[in-house]
Amino acid sequence: MAVKVKAKKYLLTGNEIIVQAALDAGAEMFCGYPITPTTEILTGWAEKAAKDKNLLFLQTEDETSAGFTVIGGVLAGKKAWTATAGPGNILMQDPMSMAEAMRLPTVCYIGQRGGPSTGTVIYSQQEVTLTRFGGNGEGMRIVYSPSTLQELYDLTIKAFEAAWKYRFPTFVLGDGYLGKTLGDVDFHKKPKNYASYPFVQNGEINNLRNTFSIEEELYDNLKDHFKDFTEMSKDVSECEEFMLKDAQTVVFAHGVVGSATKMAVRELREEGYRVGLFRPITLSPFPSKETIRAVKRAKRIVIAESSYGQFGRIVREVLYGVTDIPVHRLYRPAVGIMPEDIVEKVKNISK
Amino acid sequence: MKTSNFPKCYKKETKPNKFCPGCGHSLTLKTLGQVIDGFEISKKMVFGIDIGCSLLAWDFFDIDTVQTHHGRVVPVIKGIKMASPKTVAIAYMGDGGGYAIGLQSLLHSAKRNDPITVILVNNTLYGMTGGQKAPTTMKGEVTSSTPGGVFTDDEPFMGPELINHITKGKAYTARASVGNLFDLKRKIQEAIMYQINGKGFAFVEVLSMCPLNWKTDVKNTIEFLDKMEKVFPVGVIGKS
Repeated sequence: MAVKVKAKKYLLTGNEIIVQAALDAGAEMFCGYPITPTTEILTGWAEKAAKDKNLLFLQTEDETSAGFTVIGGVLAGKKAWTATAGPGNILMQDPMSMAEAMRLPTVCYIGQRGGPSTGTVIYSQQEVTLTRFGGNGEGMRIVYSPSTLQELYDLTIKAFEAAWKYRFPTFVLGDGYLGKTLGDVDFHKKPKNYASYPFVQNGEINNLRNTFSIEEELYDNLKDHFKDFTEMSKDVSECEEFMLKDAQTVVFAHGVVGSATKMAVRELREEGYRVGLFRPITLSPFPSKETIRAVKRAKRIVIAESSYGQFGRIVREVLYGVTDIPVHRLYRPAVGIMPEDIVEKVKNISK
Repeated sequence: MKTSNFPKCYKKETKPNKFCPGCGHSLTLKTLGQVIDGFEISKKMVFGIDIGCSLLAWDFFDIDTVQTHHGRVVPVIKGIKMASPKTVAIAYMGDGGGYAIGLQSLLHSAKRNDPITVILVNNTLYGMTGGQKAPTTMKGEVTSSTPGGVFTDDEPFMGPELINHITKGKAYTARASVGNLFDLKRKIQEAIMYQINGKGFAFVEVLSMCPLNWKTDVKNTIEFLDKMEKVFPVGVIGKS
């Protein structure tokens, strides 16, 4: 049955859109620490919470505490979330590792900024590896990579649904370009959200732990996680395949670089280049089957990203042994990629 | 047959407990269990535990328990209390977790006057990792990272006094010792009542024994604890 969706257009910045999406997804609690470029999410939520006593808010002493306080809220049954960036994402890995071990639903928005270290404060795509694999574990996480303001809204809502449905830490991996862009977006309050539920004070005695004294006991526990992750993957993994049907050149890009690539593909098509875009919407679980399908008839691949191959590594791993067509890299760590950069690259390699 | 005077909230299948012989954790937890029984809060509470020897208590009680990361039990317990204000939220940690890696969270929770109860067990060293220097290691004390008593020229950490100072006496702050279980019980009772009565942050430091890492026999263990009580004065430091 089709779900009736009420749509209404608004003009907002990306960071404001994320806050609205969280509210529409049923979020009740936010704990965070100010960091550029995601601070407006914290202040935006604070403003909402100041007017609505049902919304909980805490500005913590650091990102580690923010993540662990979120975990406390989740344990007690609230849809709690946080947002951070760069060096804050590093500190956030301590709590996210615990969430991963104990299968706690958490939602964390990441506004990627330039690194390593303090780096720059607005833009990069350099937190792909950290967000996917940041803990001392196997990266059992869900990671969405939105490419437009509308997707920022839609995927943030999806992140909340996926987190509470599958119980893996879930991330929306954006950046400051998206967060600070002003644009229009359709809000649609879905009639049903995946409900939250308490892990303590729920009528049973719960002794919850993330420590094991026997190696095999931990291994058995992890095997269940891997199984659940694999099963969930086919439902959760998503991608956009744009003009791939007859494409000789397939450009792989994600996030805002995916948007730039789409514009480039349109321009190149007008000039007669047979080029298409493959854009994973989930970086974890990765749409591997579709990736392989995308290059079947291709003569060459371009990987475009604002990092030095963090995304490219995933693509090349999936394609290892599948194809031996040349892979061209457009790696620009911590700087933006414009449509004309991609147009130029595709023209150069198509000669 | 009367089996024992064990608290009713004990998880029987996990007894005997996992702590070393002579460890002060068992005494502290037993005392806490008696208080929980007395207040009849075992079904209304969440017990949060840190890393270090305290983690061995993850299945100690028939009570909702959450084992967290090193130094992170306070923010987790704060989050639970925030989301569920009626829950009696108790954090249990060691001196390394509270005064070193988790100090920032401990102090900020106190500063915010979060209505939670924190019980911190001080045995002057890192027990789980084999007895290294802790913030509470006393001057001249020999640990595995202060061989011969060197590297111990700094002042031992005075936790309840610091918390009392930064909260201007608003928080309940006390120090007790496993050498006096009646007094320990009274202070844990007060610290939990403080939370139940909505008065705010309550903190009890418990002076405790670690004969394994102190490398002491019974007599020397008691002498060590006596010495600790001279360095770390037992009593209520502050309350409103």
